[in-house]
Amino acid sequence: MSARNRELLGLIPVAGLLIAGFAAVFSVRSAQLDNTSLIFGAYFFAICLAAHIFLRFRLPNADPYLFPLVALLAAIGLVMLYRINSDLARDQANWFVVGLILFMLTITFLKDYHVLERYRYLIVVAGLVLLLLPRMPVIGSQVNGAYLGIKLGPLAFQPAEFGKLAIVVFLASYLREHREVLVVGAKRFAGITFPPLKHLGPMLVVWGAAMVMLVFIRDLGSSLMFFGAFLALIYTATNRISFVIIGLAMFLVGAWFFATTVGHVGDRIDTWLDPYADANGTGYQVLQSMFAQADGGLFGKGIGESLLWAPGAKETVENTLIPQVQTDFIYALIVNELGLFGGCGVITIYALIAARGFKIASLARDGFSKLLAAGLTAVFALQAFVIIGGVIRVIPLTGVTLPLISYGGSSVLANMVLVALLLLISDRARRPEPGEPL
Amino acid sequence: MNVPIRRLLAVVLLLFALLVAFTSNWSVFDAEELEAKTENKRPLFEAQQIKRGKITTADGQVIANSKKTGENESFQYVRRYPMGSLFGNPIGYSFITQGTSGFERSENATLTGEENEFVSIIDQIRGQQRQGSDIVTTLDASAQQLATDQLEATGRPGAVVAIEPSTGAVRVMASTPGYDPNTVPDDQDQLNTADPSVLTNRAIQDAYPPGSTFKVVTAAAALDSGAATPDTILSGASPQEFSGVDLANAGGEQFGDIDMRTALTESVNTYFAQLGEDVGAETLLDYMDRFGFGSDPEVQLPDDQKTPSGIFVPTDKGTYKQVDSDFDLARVAIGQGGEEGQVLATVTQMAEVAATVANDGKLMKPTFVQQVVDPDGRVTDELDPEVQSDVISEDTASELTDMMTSVVEEGTAEDLNGAVDGGFAGKTGTAEINIEEDLARPWFIAFAPVDDPQIAIAVTTDPCTGCFGGTNAGPIATAVMNELLNNG
Repeated sequence: MSARNRELLGLIPVAGLLIAGFAAVFSVRSAQLDNTSLIFGAYFFAICLAAHIFLRFRLPNADPYLFPLVALLAAIGLVMLYRINSDLARDQANWFVVGLILFMLTITFLKDYHVLERYRYLIVVAGLVLLLLPRMPVIGSQVNGAYLGIKLGPLAFQPAEFGKLAIVVFLASYLREHREVLVVGAKRFAGITFPPLKHLGPMLVVWGAAMVMLVFIRDLGSSLMFFGAFLALIYTATNRISFVIIGLAMFLVGAWFFATTVGHVGDRIDTWLDPYADANGTGYQVLQSMFAQADGGLFGKGIGESLLWAPGAKETVENTLIPQVQTDFIYALIVNELGLFGGCGVITIYALIAARGFKIASLARDGFSKLLAAGLTAVFALQAFVIIGGVIRVIPLTGVTLPLISYGGSSVLANMVLVALLLLISDRARRPEPGEPL
Repeated sequence: MNVPIRRLLAVVLLLFALLVAFTSNWSVFDAEELEAKTENKRPLFEAQQIKRGKITTADGQVIANSKKTGENESFQYVRRYPMGSLFGNPIGYSFITQGTSGFERSENATLTGEENEFVSIIDQIRGQQRQGSDIVTTLDASAQQLATDQLEATGRPGAVVAIEPSTGAVRVMASTPGYDPNTVPDDQDQLNTADPSVLTNRAIQDAYPPGSTFKVVTAAAALDSGAATPDTILSGASPQEFSGVDLANAGGEQFGDIDMRTALTESVNTYFAQLGEDVGAETLLDYMDRFGFGSDPEVQLPDDQKTPSGIFVPTDKGTYKQVDSDFDLARVAIGQGGEEGQVLATVTQMAEVAATVANDGKLMKPTFVQQVVDPDGRVTDELDPEVQSDVISEDTASELTDMMTSVVEEGTAEDLNGAVDGGFAGKTGTAEINIEEDLARPWFIAFAPVDDPQIAIAVTTDPCTGCFGGTNAGPIATAVMNELLNNG
């Protein structure tokens, strides 16, 4: 079967799942079925089909599993958002349409993504600016002590979502060029291989950027995600585990230093270690998340059947028992309603996407493609890890979104571009060489 | 670069495995502990969404029910008490923020449907909300009302307990002043600090000196142990010295050598003081134990809302401690005592004493529950009379019945003779609280009709000047017994 036919086959169960999910929410609400769920399902299937047909023409050789997996996450997100509030699901579906348009534009205009290498310094500057925008006066906005969003009138935007793409593109390009010297010029000292001093500079810059994020953005999770992606790329480029260890040590030392000197970062860590110390204040959010998961158990309460609002409360998005349930804490709601099995299902989908992403990286034929695919996959997987990990207290709570599931336009748009880049790399990698038998 | 890429995938999978491990921990392995955390309000919220069972009187009048309020998903059930203050004690209340008390608390599992675990899983699969079982109590609304009215008319705090002797069914448990459970959410602080206390269930939560009603217990111990017969002659002269201090009869009245029947009929203190000493502390304590003294009454109320009856000494902390030796036996035998030990009894305990005599010497376990009906209308539990203890022999019981009948026909309660159709047996009590001020706590215990007792009762009110059990507590007892016998 051709790659694209496999992709099409993969999309059909996704649409089915969406219809079933909507039908479940609907039947819980009004104890009867309605064709709304079918309409939503058909609409979703139609836009996925449009993207699929586009891929058929533009990227016939691209990985067949990536897009259905992405659609699956989007479908899960839409069902959970519909369960919270139907307006959220409608907005998110619209963002998904815009995201797909951006996805197609990326594929059309970045067919030769190597042009990105030419603009890498411009891209990294833009990326850093994007990361620091939320600290700008007037437009910057703070949520839970972290600066991850900006507000322009009614428009809210999370620039870090695009910032991560820019940083990965830059690092892939920079390391493609310098990987040889990093390895060749390395010196062994006290049993550890150190990169050559003159090339240590850019690494220190990235480390510095991660520290700046920690201090200015006050978000340990997102700086962990950026620095993790950086280490993944360094490791892929040089195959030197010692570089990763040095980098990790530098990060931990820096994080420890700022955690003890910058109040907000330290508070986050204290809350992580003992949320009960201030159960109604700083510990409230993560405790609500844990309680919601405990309520879910093995199989969950069922879609639409968990206690989303306290009895007597107004049923608004701001009033939910789990705070920010539509964005940061959506995973807690998934475990609450679909149980441990639902949570593991979601994690498995992310793992499968990571597997496809790294597969694309290993199939890619040139250094930049390999590094770019590996970097994009790493940053995507790390983002999922960091936010789920924060919600379930593996690491301190952080403010990034759960990719493709959380409510939010910037997240959907940035991740659709990320997927488009992966598919572009994949198509080029799997394209038969001229003269090769088909 | 493919080797590091493969390793990266391995690291990512490892990280994701960590996520699975933590999710399993919170959702399954640690879930029970998390559900029990006080910070976790979810179980409370979920309880608010369970339709709590209805509580009704024996004839189906609603004491407590639940009303649904609120929006689609954030609905809640709020407890209502249509009869207001009538059953504030002993039924109590159930509100999410204020908690539960009384019968509502002790029967919480039944009322919230916790006991039908298996049924509720099936209900969950069927998509139904968990629902509690209804409880039909043994209580009688009109007799409860009458008892409350009569107590309130005295102007003093007091309590009435009426029990069906053959089954242990509690028909009346009234305590004044009472409170309306509907006001608990708004006025809890006021209710907590009210003076005299309104939340205290005087029928079972407070113990008082039972005075001469306790002579029934002394007589029962003497007769049943063989230490005496109804014809045992002792001196009724007054005063007589016990433990080095003079003890007088009521009003200093003199009696010659009299038998036990006369002594109980006329409530002769000096006779019973000697009788107590003849019986001995050990035997008396043994019989008190059989009557239920020494432990909380077994009726369905929370332990912290019940108190045992027994012999007590005050402690430094202002509380009382139970003792079982070194007390002034002569004064204990007449329901009084001294610094070395004072008899204190709850109204429920004294009603159990009357009920035991009425039920051929067998104490039935007191209960409020007539029937439990599950949400599907099935009767899942029904009052099954249970013997709590074999207190005295049938013969002793019938001798006591005889003596208590003559209390009413020719003794201290003769003013009440004929007040109840079919006749009744009773015993007055006038516990001296302050002799100089003539302050005494009036008591009356009784059962009726004599031939086939249907109801046993105990009544007391707070002390009053010049009060006497036969006059100040007796009429309340006869009124409530009449109500129960004629309309119950």
